Amino acid sequence: MELLNIEGTPKTPTVILNPSTGVIEIKGRSIPENSIEFYRPVVEWLDEYTKNPQPNTVVNVQLEYFNTSSSKCILDVFKKLEVLKKSQKDVIINWYYEEDDEDMLEAGEDYESIIKVPFKMIQIVD
Amino acid sequence: MLPEPSTNHSMSDFISKCYAKMHSGDVIVAYKGEINANIIADTLGLVEAKLSHEMVENLVRKKLYNVMVECLQNLFHHVDKVSLSENEPKIGAFILSKTNDGYRIATGNLVRNDKSNVLKEKIDKINSLSKDELKEFYKFVLNNQTFSEKGGGGLGLIDIARKTGNKLNYEFTPYNDEYSFFNLSVLVSE
Repeated sequence: MELLNIEGTPKTPTVILNPSTGVIEIKGRSIPENSIEFYRPVVEWLDEYTKNPQPNTVVNVQLEYFNTSSSKCILDVFKKLEVLKKSQKDVIINWYYEEDDEDMLEAGEDYESIIKVPFKMIQIVD
Repeated sequence: MLPEPSTNHSMSDFISKCYAKMHSGDVIVAYKGEINANIIADTLGLVEAKLSHEMVENLVRKKLYNVMVECLQNLFHHVDKVSLSENEPKIGAFILSKTNDGYRIATGNLVRNDKSNVLKEKIDKINSLSKDELKEFYKFVLNNQTFSEKGGGGLGLIDIARKTGNKLNYEFTPYNDEYSFFNLSVLVSE
């Protein structure tokens, strides 16, 4: 399985999916008009990864902004991780938010209440 | 530039009048015209550049930008084409202005009258919900609604209401039996 590395743009995040370390990173902004198209390769990669995953998968989500069109796609990504968790693998989602950014913290808590995967809320302090 | 079809003059006047009514406070960015993906992207870039020069607190700036993204993408996805001809561009308007209590974002576009009732009911429902109810409603729609290829499946307005913590103001101005001008305006408090 190959590493997937999508470079970030002003509208889409940097995404790095590493099958040999089990580290998944989504970082930057996610505000495309059509998020389904952008997230399709990510979801497909995860489908493959869940067939032969690492014992530990660490997911780092550090978003500056995301639109509601992305929010559903991010949920789809997390649902793949939930499948992984159900198959007795260790998964953790580190949800980063800027100091005092309650909107971003709350967005993470929304996902945490829907998805049965442990979340860690991490505040970024300058 | 294509010459404007003569049948369209009264509509153009009508939109101009509605657009004039959208203005409030000190205007930062105002636009009326064709709405397409490039216009939306360019505007977001412009707004971001403008805000970086203003004395805006970082979190307010972030919230404002977020709400602006949602408002403009909402406009982009829902602006109705007036069916005079296939090549007719989709016309809409938006204004970002500074008022005494914060920043106001207004969008305007023509909607088909058969859709306006559904839209009204949706906004009235959102406006009737408390902060916690909005959170639950957002999570419900996020987790249960199938999203269309184009849009966010109706999460946009809920998100705008949640992030601003303010009511969604709206007005429908009838144009004819088929169309009305839909004006949505939200305040990002400072």
